[in-house]
Amino acid sequence: MLTSLPLLSITIFLPLLGAFAILLNWGNKQTSLAMNARWVALWTSLVTLGLAITLWWNFDASSSEFQLQDKFQWMPLLNMGYHVGLDGISLPLFLLSAFLIPLCVLVSWTSIQNKVPEYMVAFLVLETFLLGMFSALDFILFYLFFESVLIPMFLIIGIWGGSNRIYAAFKFFLYTLLGSILSLLAIIYIYFEVGSSSIPAALVTPFDPQIQTWLWLAFFASFAVKIPMWPLHTWLPDAHVEAPTAGSVILAGVLLKMGGYGFIRFSLSMFPEASSYFTPMVFTLSIIAIIYTSLVALAQKDMKKLIAYASVAHMGFVTLGIFTADAQGIQGAIMQMVSHGLVSAALFICVGVVYDRLHSREIADYGGIVHIMPRYAIFFMFFILASIGLPGTSGFVGEFLILLGAFQVNTWATLLAATGMVLGVAYALWLYRRVVFGQLSNPKLKELTDLDWREKIVFGPLAASVLIFGLYPMPVLILAEASVAKVIDQFNLALEVDGNLLVDSKKSLEVALLRKGQ
Amino acid sequence: MTTLALFIVFLPLLGFVLAGGLGEKLGDRFSQISTSALMGISTSLAIYLFFKMGLKEETLVVSLFTWIHVELFDVAWGLQIDSLSLVMMAVVTLVSFMVHLYSIGYMKGDPSIPRFMGYLSLFTFFMLTLVTAPNFLQMFFGWEGVGLCSYLLIGYWYDRERANAAAIKAFLVNRIGDIGFVLGIIIIFSLFGTLDFLAVFEIVEEHQQETITFLNWQIPALTLASFLFFFGAMGKSAQIGLHTWLPDAMEGPTPVSALIHAATMVTAGVFLIVRISPILEYAPLAREFITLIGTFTAIMAATIACVQNDIKRIIAYSTCSQLGYMFMAAGLSAYSASMFHLTTHAFFKALLFLGAGSVIHAMSDEHNIQKMGGIWKFIPVTYAVMWVGSLALAGIPFFAGFYSKDIILEADWVSQLPVGHIAFWGGMFAAILTAFYAWRLLLLTFNGKPRADDVVMGHIHESPIIMLVPIIILAIGSVFSGSLLDLLFVGEETTFWGMAIFVLPQDEVIEAAHHVVEWVHWAPTIAAFFGIAIAYLLYQFAPSLPEKLSQTFKYLYNFLYHQWYFDKLYNWMFVTPTLKTSQVLWEEGDQEIIDGLGPNGLGFLSLASGGFLCRLQTGYVYHYAFAMIIGITFMMAWYFWG
Repeated sequence: MLTSLPLLSITIFLPLLGAFAILLNWGNKQTSLAMNARWVALWTSLVTLGLAITLWWNFDASSSEFQLQDKFQWMPLLNMGYHVGLDGISLPLFLLSAFLIPLCVLVSWTSIQNKVPEYMVAFLVLETFLLGMFSALDFILFYLFFESVLIPMFLIIGIWGGSNRIYAAFKFFLYTLLGSILSLLAIIYIYFEVGSSSIPAALVTPFDPQIQTWLWLAFFASFAVKIPMWPLHTWLPDAHVEAPTAGSVILAGVLLKMGGYGFIRFSLSMFPEASSYFTPMVFTLSIIAIIYTSLVALAQKDMKKLIAYASVAHMGFVTLGIFTADAQGIQGAIMQMVSHGLVSAALFICVGVVYDRLHSREIADYGGIVHIMPRYAIFFMFFILASIGLPGTSGFVGEFLILLGAFQVNTWATLLAATGMVLGVAYALWLYRRVVFGQLSNPKLKELTDLDWREKIVFGPLAASVLIFGLYPMPVLILAEASVAKVIDQFNLALEVDGNLLVDSKKSLEVALLRKGQ
Repeated sequence: MTTLALFIVFLPLLGFVLAGGLGEKLGDRFSQISTSALMGISTSLAIYLFFKMGLKEETLVVSLFTWIHVELFDVAWGLQIDSLSLVMMAVVTLVSFMVHLYSIGYMKGDPSIPRFMGYLSLFTFFMLTLVTAPNFLQMFFGWEGVGLCSYLLIGYWYDRERANAAAIKAFLVNRIGDIGFVLGIIIIFSLFGTLDFLAVFEIVEEHQQETITFLNWQIPALTLASFLFFFGAMGKSAQIGLHTWLPDAMEGPTPVSALIHAATMVTAGVFLIVRISPILEYAPLAREFITLIGTFTAIMAATIACVQNDIKRIIAYSTCSQLGYMFMAAGLSAYSASMFHLTTHAFFKALLFLGAGSVIHAMSDEHNIQKMGGIWKFIPVTYAVMWVGSLALAGIPFFAGFYSKDIILEADWVSQLPVGHIAFWGGMFAAILTAFYAWRLLLLTFNGKPRADDVVMGHIHESPIIMLVPIIILAIGSVFSGSLLDLLFVGEETTFWGMAIFVLPQDEVIEAAHHVVEWVHWAPTIAAFFGIAIAYLLYQFAPSLPEKLSQTFKYLYNFLYHQWYFDKLYNWMFVTPTLKTSQVLWEEGDQEIIDGLGPNGLGFLSLASGGFLCRLQTGYVYHYAFAMIIGITFMMAWYFWG
């Protein structure tokens, strides 16, 4: 019954419907207007989450095909169309987006008092764009969603952001514009090469290795800015610092993953030769990102900046994992993206909770808040531990799998990335110590109150999912398994066809094991 | 049996959940009773299981459910119960139970007792998952879990700046070691395609010649893995180089020092090394290294312990030194001797710490033994048990430490490895020092004239019964555990360890150790008496001598007093440069170079060429949309005319 409905499209566009409902402006007073907007946004996003979970339920993880597809030809002449569908690579991120938006609405419940309906509309529109972006199977559609995501994000930072929001938005603009124009050129080229803008068709089209290099670089410009990779990362801390809490949550939680998703879906799958050629560069940049940004995080005095730099370091693990092009590496990268989506979202909310109370992000203004906010301290500690990848939290699974995958390819990269484990402990625990532990020195802190019910409702599901995925990450890993295997098979096949397959120690191990098994 | 084992592991976790979840509502007493009672049940079950299974050499491996499965990588949660884990379970639960009880008295009046009791139980849970792990990854889970609890408990008094610093230091130093552990796990997987202990150990022999390319070198794979695991063990078990966190960890409450930093967690490294004995047997180079590091640690820590004045710091360095003995033995294939010393050490070192806690309790939180003295009459039970602990530590005949230290030194003597003799003489030297610092501590703390002020002296009182009972039980263990377990653990005919410990025939030392020449057998005892004699000479008969000696050998004294300057060296070599680099990267790298060349530089250009920033401010979304439209138009144009 459910399969006969265009369930995926309904899920994608439902938030847009909610946004229209808010725009209908019911309620005559400003306050009731705001309250209605909040509730509509919350319910819409919750129903969307419910639908997303239904999609998950109907998803067949054993198949690597695109599923739950909806297709509609709106430019048959140009061979372009509305085409959406999900596979094991996009579904985890799709679910992550649907999971985080209700939390964003709840986080902004009281902290946003200015232009509430517009704010909620921005978030619901953003949700539609994000869900659409992860499920788009048409290049034009993908590009539209991919770039449109930035518009609500600009508005959220620019209108509800901090004092220096113009600078941050400007920086964001400059970086992404550069990347997106180049990727648009690449998309145009692919469109003419394939003869349609269909992504599944492009995925099975072999591209000339010479051309691949250029296409790869064009996409890289876009994704490397998004994820972001060193040295294209400096927009991120500024954007985070200026964004409202929910903006940071969605920025770190989902927007960065657009880069990682793009790397797997396009760079690795469509341009295997170029990916293989550029792997050393990506590894180098990833390692630099992990070590460099971890060190920079140590020097931060602003909580949000610190966590933003930590995000760059964690994304360094993701790019490292993706370009190992083996199952552990890529699945680890997907796991790391999901985990980071939950953990960094939670950490930004942790900052938001105290920011709402004291209106300061300066670490030096805090200290000793465990005395007055013990429950907050527990949650904060838990997410800090997840951020440093303690086994039993989701952070560990991704990091470990990435290191494991990377070891088969490059032991130097593994060793250097592993030092990130130590640096991560240094900045994360030091942050916690300065903010939470110690004596209550700042007299203003005495008036703070511990978490209220709303904040507990926000933290609860985040903490639960971090713990569950730490002890049993299989829901995510099973989901991604078949699709990742397909990507890797295609990747290896393409390289084998070229006859330049390097001796793969991992591969020989597999063969040896299989022989032993028989 | 499986259910029983599961109960042993998970009852402490239940205790943590109860104390953590309900402790605040139902009060301190509730959390004390619930955690201690559950710990008590867990302990009795563990001891029952030890007799039921351990003595029959049964092995039980249970797989519960998948943890991580990606392609060929498949790891499940589970349990492995063999003699090795049974010994550890019994030791861990027993000491933990004693410490739980002791803490009821010791932490009286503390504002957050549920948190403390909860942490203790949580620690026990993680420690039990570590020792019952059936694979490397679950062991790492427990390994990090106990590290976390150690961090939380060292920093338990989070108001204190020093406690916080020590907690972070402990976590950081351990994490450095963990790089080794993680890389070791990865190498094991790439060699064997599995992480299950039994599966790996079964095929380890076939892989003994294999090499692996690590960094730019071809290295024998098993040797490399052993080195990496030992690097992890060095962090956790505070061996020379990565030991600096342990003395600082004494900032935590004393029961924590007894449980975590003496009896259990710090021995996890030894346990790891013994657990991977089938791998180590094919990595003789790594074993020699382990023995050398163990020997140097034993000597280094003992020399430092001789001049420290903080009662807990002395015992902490003593722990470090005794762990060195355990590694010394493990490196020479005397794994069972290593486990034996681990067990006896758990009793007498927990006893010494709890006794020290009792002293501190009596002395109104004084830690400096130079400010004690003359208090034995006021706290006779504590005095007596401290004597018992010291006798066991020094290895005086028929106390627990005598048997285990003896077999280690004998094994050193008979070992075929060239480092065996270094270990023997190093161990002998450390044995003299051990006895010396133990009696220095006893004499300065309890004997002589009182050096504390009258207020403190007026308050001296023996600890309450809830603290004394655990101490006395541990004292009984410190007396008898050696003689009782001697035959079982390291007897000539013993088959107790079964499959849990693997020794190649040519490396067999335990049997030969029973047939050493007579003087080797008695040498450690003589060394101990010699050390005690020096202590009496310096602190009883010629009390002015220590002062003179420290003046005469000023440099040596300062070197030892400042703990070989490790902290200063590390600060100079690592901490300061790291912080400086991070500042430079932030200010110069990100702000000057990247932003300067990138957005700000371009921004400046466009600003100069017509106020781009102002226009951007009013219409950047519009600009953006405009760029997109241009792009799409361009594409369509290409399609129609291209």
